[in-house]
Amino acid sequence: MLHSCPIPSSSHSTARARLSKIEPFVLDGYSTVETPEGVELKLRAAGPVARALAWTIDLLIRGVLYLFLGVLPAVLGKAGLGLWLISIFLGEWFYPALFEVYADGRTPGKRALGIRAVKDDGTPIDWPTAMIRNLLRAVDFLPFLYGFGLCAMLLRQDFKRLGDLAAGSRVIYADEGPTLPVVPRAPGRAPLQPLELDEQWAVTEFAARSEKLSAERAEELADLARSVTGCTGAAGVSRLIEMANWLLGYR
Amino acid sequence: MNQQDFERQHEESWESLAHMLEMLESGRAKRRNIALFSLPDLGEFPTLYRQVCHDLALARDRRYTPYLIDKLDRLVSRGHQHLYTARTHATARILDFVGGGFPALVRSQAGLFGVAFALLYLPGLLLAIAIHFAPEMVYTMLDPRQVASFQAMYQPGSTAIGPARDSQTNFMMFGVYVRHNIGIGFQTFAGGLLLGLGTLFYLVFNSLFMGAVAGYLSHLGYGSTFYPFAIGHGAFELNAIVLSGVAGFRMGLALLAPGRLGRLQALKEAARISIRLVYGVVGMFLIAALIEAFWSSSGTVPPDVKYTVGAGLWMLVAAYFLLLGRNRAP
Repeated sequence: MLHSCPIPSSSHSTARARLSKIEPFVLDGYSTVETPEGVELKLRAAGPVARALAWTIDLLIRGVLYLFLGVLPAVLGKAGLGLWLISIFLGEWFYPALFEVYADGRTPGKRALGIRAVKDDGTPIDWPTAMIRNLLRAVDFLPFLYGFGLCAMLLRQDFKRLGDLAAGSRVIYADEGPTLPVVPRAPGRAPLQPLELDEQWAVTEFAARSEKLSAERAEELADLARSVTGCTGAAGVSRLIEMANWLLGYR
Repeated sequence: MNQQDFERQHEESWESLAHMLEMLESGRAKRRNIALFSLPDLGEFPTLYRQVCHDLALARDRRYTPYLIDKLDRLVSRGHQHLYTARTHATARILDFVGGGFPALVRSQAGLFGVAFALLYLPGLLLAIAIHFAPEMVYTMLDPRQVASFQAMYQPGSTAIGPARDSQTNFMMFGVYVRHNIGIGFQTFAGGLLLGLGTLFYLVFNSLFMGAVAGYLSHLGYGSTFYPFAIGHGAFELNAIVLSGVAGFRMGLALLAPGRLGRLQALKEAARISIRLVYGVVGMFLIAALIEAFWSSSGTVPPDVKYTVGAGLWMLVAAYFLLLGRNRAP
């Protein structure tokens, strides 16, 4: 591999064609909602596995709770048994709804898995939504262990169970994911020729990711842009980083 | 404008929005139960949020680095959660619902009410009459153990609902009724999502079950213990099941005949109506459970009084649904 910086040859038109072909990628499981301000928000749908685990955690929590409340009948006799039955009733039907309304759409299980229930437009769950989606759980649970719910989820890209469909709710990842890499600082250097917007974007994207790439891969990619940098190899990589800095305004 | 200048120019407002969001997320405003935007340091929140929305749109359009776009995107997502939170005046709304909203809502569903009403009362009535004359038919609905237990419970002079029942037992039975009956109501409602078939099943099944019990007990001549027991809370309990059926059918109908809407949209709108019926149903079941546990079972009240009070309760329920909230849209 040459590590030199000759004056760019005639091949820059093909390089430009290649750079312009880079398009924003599309990932499954993302959906966007538009806010009244006209900005789009990304929502990342939580799948059946995360939701099943969250449900299991909640089930265990409720189980332990009922076990502790089991002292009621022991202490208060039959009246305690009545209280115990009422608390089981409340736990089975209202536990998720209560947390979804008052704890930002997250039951303890959902919190542990980093997911939350929101309305279709991404706003927090209100009472009608929470009640609809949680009472209709009874149907999702059919014929056994969320059979219908699972089928509905697998048929849809946004992983909604039947209760979510009727309530207009969805379960999304609440954690914001890892932060994206920043462009490493370097003295700015102007590109050899003016770049179009897509090309500028490709250069800054490359610079931001360059530290995560192996040296060989980074050089291979940088070589594609040799008509812009006028270099190949490691020199090309550092030229691109410098150009990215220039494009961002560090001149 | 290059990205560095852009960042320098707006950094301050981004940071103050992030600061406000931290305050909101720590729940300080919520815990103190004060109106969100009356806090002096939060008054700027909506303006600031919209400004950052604007910045995000610009950053996207100008293809600034994904890092910056992502950072603004997160601020906007978090702000969105707080600006568009629903703040409800729960107490006032409950009072309004009980005082007229609920009956008006039920009247607006008169057709479905008729269907659910017929499905809950007719099959059971027919089976009860049949069993009264051909008692062996009771075994089509109940197994022999259930028959024996009902027979023992309503035998004249039985201790299960006699004067021997203390307040402790009453409270226990209240728990049993709440859990069992409201559970039936919820299932009847939820079954509507299966094109209404689940609702149909629960209505007819419960109708036949109760009809079988009533028919068999009157055949045995135990009517004098059973009917005074059942009449009081029946006014609330039976009609609450009917209304659960209306709520379920409302959703089922939306799926079968969505009209001019898409099926999904029709379902969502129907579910909003149904869930309000379910709120009312829960209230009725609670009243029914109270009456059933503490009044119906009382052995010291003579049957005549129970019949009179029971008839009064039926008329009360009818009057409530026919007369209240006439002046409002459902």
